[in-house]
Amino acid sequence: MAAIFLEIPWAVVLILLPLSGAMACFLWPAVAKSVGLVTVSMLALSVAGLVWQVMEYGVYRHAVGGWGAPLGIDLYADGLSLLMLAMTALVGLAVSIYATGYFEQPHAARFWPLWLLLLAALNALFLAADIFNLYVTLELMGLAAVALSALSGSRDALGGAMRYLLATLLGSLAYLFGVALLYHGFGSVDMAILGQRLEATPIVWAALALMTTGLALKTALFPFHFWLPPAHASAPAPVSAVLSALVVKASFYILLRLWLEIFGPLGVEGVETLLGLLGAAAVLWGSVQALRQTRLKLLVAYSTVAQIGYLFLAFPLAAGSGITAWNAVAYLALSHALAKAAMFLVAGNLLRFGGHDRIADLDRVVQRLPLTVTAFALAGVSIMGLPPSGGFIGKWLLLEAALQQGRWDLAVVMMLGGLLAAGYVFKVLGFAFTQAGVPHESKTVPASMEWAALLLAVAAIVLGFLAAPLLALVGIGAPFGISEVAP
Amino acid sequence: MNWNAWLPLLMVASSLLPGLVIFGLGEQRFRLRTALNLSGALAKLALVGWMLWGVYHGQHFETRLPLLPDLDLVLRAGPLSLLFVTLSAGLWLLTTIYAIGYLEGSPHRSRFFGFFSLCVTATVGVAMSGNLITFLLFYELLTLATYPLIVHRGTEEARRAGQSYLVYTLCGGAALLLGTVWLYTLTGTLEFTPRGFIHAVGEEHHLALVVIFILMIGGLGVKAALVPLHGWLPKAMVAPAPVSALLHAVAVVKAGAFGIIRVVYEVFGVERAAMLGLTGPLAVVAAVTIIYGSVRALFQDDLKRRLAFSTISQVSYIALGVAIAGPIATIGGVVHLVHQGLMKITLFFCAGNLAETLGIHKISEMNGVGRRMPWTMAAFTVGALGMIGAPPIAGFISKWYLGLGALEVGQGWVLLVLAGSSLLNAAYFLPILYRAWFRAPADAWPHEHDFGDKETAWALLLPPVITALLALGAGLLAAAPFSPLEWAQLISQREFYQP
Repeated sequence: MAAIFLEIPWAVVLILLPLSGAMACFLWPAVAKSVGLVTVSMLALSVAGLVWQVMEYGVYRHAVGGWGAPLGIDLYADGLSLLMLAMTALVGLAVSIYATGYFEQPHAARFWPLWLLLLAALNALFLAADIFNLYVTLELMGLAAVALSALSGSRDALGGAMRYLLATLLGSLAYLFGVALLYHGFGSVDMAILGQRLEATPIVWAALALMTTGLALKTALFPFHFWLPPAHASAPAPVSAVLSALVVKASFYILLRLWLEIFGPLGVEGVETLLGLLGAAAVLWGSVQALRQTRLKLLVAYSTVAQIGYLFLAFPLAAGSGITAWNAVAYLALSHALAKAAMFLVAGNLLRFGGHDRIADLDRVVQRLPLTVTAFALAGVSIMGLPPSGGFIGKWLLLEAALQQGRWDLAVVMMLGGLLAAGYVFKVLGFAFTQAGVPHESKTVPASMEWAALLLAVAAIVLGFLAAPLLALVGIGAPFGISEVAP
Repeated sequence: MNWNAWLPLLMVASSLLPGLVIFGLGEQRFRLRTALNLSGALAKLALVGWMLWGVYHGQHFETRLPLLPDLDLVLRAGPLSLLFVTLSAGLWLLTTIYAIGYLEGSPHRSRFFGFFSLCVTATVGVAMSGNLITFLLFYELLTLATYPLIVHRGTEEARRAGQSYLVYTLCGGAALLLGTVWLYTLTGTLEFTPRGFIHAVGEEHHLALVVIFILMIGGLGVKAALVPLHGWLPKAMVAPAPVSALLHAVAVVKAGAFGIIRVVYEVFGVERAAMLGLTGPLAVVAAVTIIYGSVRALFQDDLKRRLAFSTISQVSYIALGVAIAGPIATIGGVVHLVHQGLMKITLFFCAGNLAETLGIHKISEMNGVGRRMPWTMAAFTVGALGMIGAPPIAGFISKWYLGLGALEVGQGWVLLVLAGSSLLNAAYFLPILYRAWFRAPADAWPHEHDFGDKETAWALLLPPVITALLALGAGLLAAAPFSPLEWAQLISQREFYQP
């Protein structure tokens, strides 16, 4: 029995299952909700299967249709891919549970096919082994995400989605140019092959600049973050959660892969420094902006801008500290995904309950949804980087990498970012304890919505105790190995 | 599987689990909540007794779980840990009884007792941490668990006090984190070791070590309320009386003071710290805090505020004993951890009783209160006299050892500080006692509750009487086995000054 389970090509299932699910939801909207839930649960099981497979047999590589690289399409899963897939499955599951309570018809009929399509794109992206396949999945993901963010059809949502669409298309286009340049210069799109063939030529520099800029735009790295707050704040809550937790991580994942396997070994310190600098600026700017917001969803969106910044701080640190900095990135990305998704779901609950998300008037709302407030508090602990939480582990590792190399500037940025985060988290939480006035008419929030948010937040806390096994898992196939033998 | 390896974790869980369950209880489940609270507290006490006996006879209790690839979450019961754990566990039980009586009928009790249990969990975790990262983990958890208790009343004043508390403690926590990570990059270990673990760090890192020390003590000093980092403590007085009692005697300020002991003796090692020229300045800061707190206390009319400034002053005795850096002074500092806890919690319980029973919040309203509430005021008197340092109450023992220890290492100036502080203590406590016992009472109390022929509810009266007796006993029976003093000597022999 177990042997059969191990032989199933889980990686293929991870892509085909949500695709067929999306199709089914599109064809039979009446049962979309049930089909969606079943698909997402099976996705979670498939990820578990793939994890088991990889732990048993090592790195997974599957040539689709029997055509290997450089001609065909390869699926590739090492520890880093597994981490991202697991993150997608977990957040996907919680968001789906949430969405069953959140969306009524006719919105539900539009949500489920797009959402499953987005999941298929994400899974395919995390499994892609070549840079062209990455482009295809990136574009697919971007379009599904834009459509989802416009779902409510309100004026704000359409405006935000339009900005998002422009940013995402521009980003993909720049990336595609880079892919074309590399293919032209080195005759392959497979990352492993490119990594071996690449030399420091002007074509590579041009590709590097184009791809990095395009992906930074899609990841909303400061100063390219302009599109993120309106898009994430105006989208429906489950969509905001997915956009902040998963979609920006996907483009970051591509950048990370490119860096680890293709560009990193070239030793381009200037770009590393620049990325680190922009990351630091993002941490500070995003946190200060978050602190200044009067609307909860905007606050959470700007917090994403800040948290993305932390991920980029690792680039200048990686050369000197090797695996510690990248481990920090993996952990920060994962814990941010869980915590931030929880926060957006909480914002959705509060919005549903009280009909608004003005922070100053939240005290009437906050006290009547204890589970939701608990979820926000726990997610906040992780976002602030306080122990015990996944955010703390990530911050500890990143701080360790910074101090090992005497990078005091970055260490100070991290500490400041943490304190500012405490500022905006407690700006909201402060109202959980004040004496509320007479509560006005409110809508009920389904239990599934409260529990989904809490589930994610608790997961972000529990991550604080799983660092050793998780980092061992990420280490399978040495995704960060190349950076250690860098010249 | 060695059973002893799980006892420390069980110790933490004995308050964590009841706390988590209590969060989920409805407001009306009074009996179940009380049962959970008390059984948790009693289980913890039983564990403490078991471990005290074991450690005394040389057993090891250690839980070790992987936290990071090279760092473990370590909970260990050594003599020093157990001193603090015993204090926390014992006073938690009494404070819980007190809080049940104090908060009867007030809103949000499940939330209160949930965070109360979390707070104790964090304190016990701080006490039993076997390395700096575990310490840091529980230290920050303590910050987070205490915040809801401080703002519990939900007034604007409470919200502001909570905000100020957070600003101070989170900045302190950040400094501690920075120092810890930095130290880790130098040493590659964070395990608390008798006589310190920085031997391998060479002279070329002199400056780095000094800055790390300042960062750590600064971070800990916020909670220990060292001047000028004490600003949050008097404001935090808006919290309900049981919270203040716990905050001042056990949880927050003690966690800071305890951390200072750990850092000086088991991170840097007292010899190395002295060699780096760090203990002298720490002693001066502690001395300044002692005098400053006492002087400020003189001018407070609000009883709880006076007690708060008194705490600022008294807790620094611990830091002073540590910083004098001699074996005897160390005993004085360490034993004061317990002594101050017993005396200060008595005083806060009594202040709470006055407020709950008669509506007295100010010292000027206390005329003749000794006749109306003799038991409460008797307990208060024991606590106050102990604070002044009158024999045979516990406070005297601390001051005696501090003074003796200072002379031993030729730091006579400390005697002046001690004498000055005692005078000031007398100056702000004796007038209270005089008013309470010898002045005629006013015609009516500000806001009197009726408790029949008793002076107040038994749940409010019993805890301060017990703690007062304990404070008296710790002084009278200081030479008996398992007294705080004997235990402090054991700590000093085993952990700080072993050959």
